[in-house]
Amino acid sequence: MGFFADVIRYLQINGETVLQALLEHIWLALLPVLIAFVLAVPIGWLVVRVKPLSQIILAGSSVMYTIPSLALLLLLPGIIGTSVLDTINVVIALTLYSVALLVRTSADALGSIDDAAVQAAVSMGYGPVRRWFTIDLPLAMPVLLTGLRVATVANVSMVSVAALIGIGGLGQLFTRGFQLGFYAPPIVIGLVLSVLLAVVADLAIVAVQRLATPWTRAGKTA
Amino acid sequence: MSLDYLLNPENWSLANSAGFPQRILEHLAYTGLALALAFAIAFPLGLWIGHTGRGAFLAINIGNAGRALPTLGVLMLALALVGIGLLPVTIALVVLAIPPILASTYAGIRAVPPTVVDAARGIGMTEPQIALRTELPIAAPIVIGGVRNAALQVISTATIAAYVGLGGLGRFLFDGLALRDYSRVVAGAVVLAVLAVVIDLLLAGAQRILVSPGVTGRQARRVTVGSKS
Repeated sequence: MGFFADVIRYLQINGETVLQALLEHIWLALLPVLIAFVLAVPIGWLVVRVKPLSQIILAGSSVMYTIPSLALLLLLPGIIGTSVLDTINVVIALTLYSVALLVRTSADALGSIDDAAVQAAVSMGYGPVRRWFTIDLPLAMPVLLTGLRVATVANVSMVSVAALIGIGGLGQLFTRGFQLGFYAPPIVIGLVLSVLLAVVADLAIVAVQRLATPWTRAGKTA
Repeated sequence: MSLDYLLNPENWSLANSAGFPQRILEHLAYTGLALALAFAIAFPLGLWIGHTGRGAFLAINIGNAGRALPTLGVLMLALALVGIGLLPVTIALVVLAIPPILASTYAGIRAVPPTVVDAARGIGMTEPQIALRTELPIAAPIVIGGVRNAALQVISTATIAAYVGLGGLGRFLFDGLALRDYSRVVAGAVVLAVLAVVIDLLLAGAQRILVSPGVTGRQARRVTVGSKS
């Protein structure tokens, strides 16, 4: 019981800091996924369309994903000329990872579109732009959103690494616990909030998926 | 970006106990230990869950939950519970490596076509034989994919060992940050990134050797490419 009392006392005293860390964690984790989603869909389209490019892009994205996050966080400042303590490094690093992950899924998603549906749209007189937004993109959505779930959850847990070099987010609660001589309450609060955030973000995407792709549900119940 | 520290031959000397070769070995030792323990736990469990279909809920959810757990937090919690040393670092890395190995072993075994399993049962193979000689070889690419994934994550996270006073490549990162010696930070980050890519390539090579040529689909692909041109 003593431990729970400690956790509550910690929250009472440091509630504002904890809330700030949570909010910072949310935008540091989610902004890169949003940017990456917008970037990855056209790149995925290129991968499907231009065969010579696809090898290079897919190989490049898998090498990108191989680079350890702490290494990238520390190398980026030297490459783009920012300070190591700049939060922009975290956003760019996580965007690069998310793009690397999402390019593959968006290529899979766009490559798996049923050709019959596309041909039907063309024969009904859909132009390329209208066809892309009303046929191709919605049909690719289920796979795209599955990739987005993976990227989001991975990002939420990866942001904590940034605390090792002194940049915000819930990871700072871990380093705080470390500085206080392995004092467990902030560590546990950080862990619980981080996992909760990942779960909530994941469920939110599932909800979007259900709303945006009603036919996948219809198919299952029929 | 200064590469002085990285290119200084003194830092590559085998005799230098704080040089790159020594730190790489330490890093690989932490990584190998954690991967071996995680594999010993997750692989048999994944095989059993995949073969029997029992506890699938467990395999799927450990896989998902594991992806959401921040390893830095797990490490700090382990440190708070068992004190400083190699044990808490190993615990944190094992916790990190179990989910991908468990989930991929389970998924690989489940993806084996039921007709193949039925055929194996039909010619009189016992259940362990079916699991090890029929399902495992077919699932091998996916299982090894999970191990590759786990290895990458462990290599990149083993840097935290240095944060709590142990060796490994993280030393260059944290010492460099503390001393405001960015050249040292860059050197550590570059060596770490190269090590991760090299290990991943080695495991990709191992995958080619370990997976039966009938399973990889390499031959099938070669045929389709040939017929297209």
